[in-house]
Amino acid sequence: MDKKDIKEIEKQMKLANEGLPEKERILFSDVRPTTVAPLNKYLENFLNWARARSLWIIGYGTGCGAMELRPLMTSRFDMSRFGIAPRPTPRQSSVFVIGGYASIKTIKRIVRSYEQMQGPKFVIALGSCTINGGMYYDSYNTINRLDYYIPVDIYIAGCMPRPEALIAGFNKLKEKIQTGECEGMNKYAENFDWYKKNQKQIIKDWNMPDYNW
Amino acid sequence: MEYLLNKIKKMIKFEASIKQRDDLYFITVKKEQLELILSYLRDNEGFTHLAFLQAVDYLEDNKFQLTYMLYNYDIKVNLGIKVYIDREKAEMVSIHKFWAHSWQYQRELHEMYGINFPGSPRVEESFVLEGWEEIPPMRRDFNTLEYSIKTYYQRPGRSTNDPAKYMKEKMYKKYAESPKIRRDND
Repeated sequence: MDKKDIKEIEKQMKLANEGLPEKERILFSDVRPTTVAPLNKYLENFLNWARARSLWIIGYGTGCGAMELRPLMTSRFDMSRFGIAPRPTPRQSSVFVIGGYASIKTIKRIVRSYEQMQGPKFVIALGSCTINGGMYYDSYNTINRLDYYIPVDIYIAGCMPRPEALIAGFNKLKEKIQTGECEGMNKYAENFDWYKKNQKQIIKDWNMPDYNW
Repeated sequence: MEYLLNKIKKMIKFEASIKQRDDLYFITVKKEQLELILSYLRDNEGFTHLAFLQAVDYLEDNKFQLTYMLYNYDIKVNLGIKVYIDREKAEMVSIHKFWAHSWQYQRELHEMYGINFPGSPRVEESFVLEGWEEIPPMRRDFNTLEYSIKTYYQRPGRSTNDPAKYMKEKMYKKYAESPKIRRDND
């Protein structure tokens, strides 16, 4: 068997929901994520144009950066003029804004919410904590690099970035979506084992299903 | 307040007392006397409020210091009661019978410092550190930078500027190089 075959077999292997009690293991999905190939050029361009104009943020504030979302939502900066609106559940939203530092307890919830979101989905990482740990780089409880656990499309540096910076980040995200560069979901599916390995390395008590869709 | 302290002094022999402000006093008592003095202060002297319970790690003395901060609403005085306990076999009597909310403090101390409180409700449940396997992180012999480098992937290229050094180099270079040049005022 050469390396290609081994990779194929590994891809077909399913994680067994080992963190759950035996009774509950069959209740959850056991399908690996798959990559979605783009449709024909013109249709995909049109879809990307449409996607960039309707961004829905999941209403999950992680870390202190979520504080910047309130002025962004409300009258002063008013993100709805850019076609961005908040939604309460991961199933209904397409953009995940990680607001600053993510502790281990939070990254567990982030992973679970991210996997529950329906594609196409995008991640904006806000603040320097998500880039290299920021001022918490030596903390025992916060991660240093977010892109080891979920794929990230846009980083907004700063501590804290102001709502103007966030708007600039959203505009950049729109440009990227329109050109079809935001392939975070496919990246996650391709490198699924690597992401899962990294996640399980820090989340020691994995008491949630392996596939959250 | 002095009157009260004298009264307590007659009752039990405490080790030291400090007056920090007019409304802030500290007394140090022995581990075994804690329950007695807490119940006395709460029931007879009007210290009805437990403001906080916290620990300090004295690594050099091999001791933990627990501080029980009480508050009296009538005379508006804070009274901190300090207890020293052994660091190796850190165990303290639980006070959830006196103040029901103290189980939360004790749970946190158990998680962050590894102090045992036998009988305290839900003390084993983790607060923040789900699935923690190392020694409790707030103990001073826990090296948090080392753990962070080992566990989380550091992004290379991080640099820091020591403010004093940076200012000397960039802003006051002229003065640092030739000490003869002084500012006009000097």
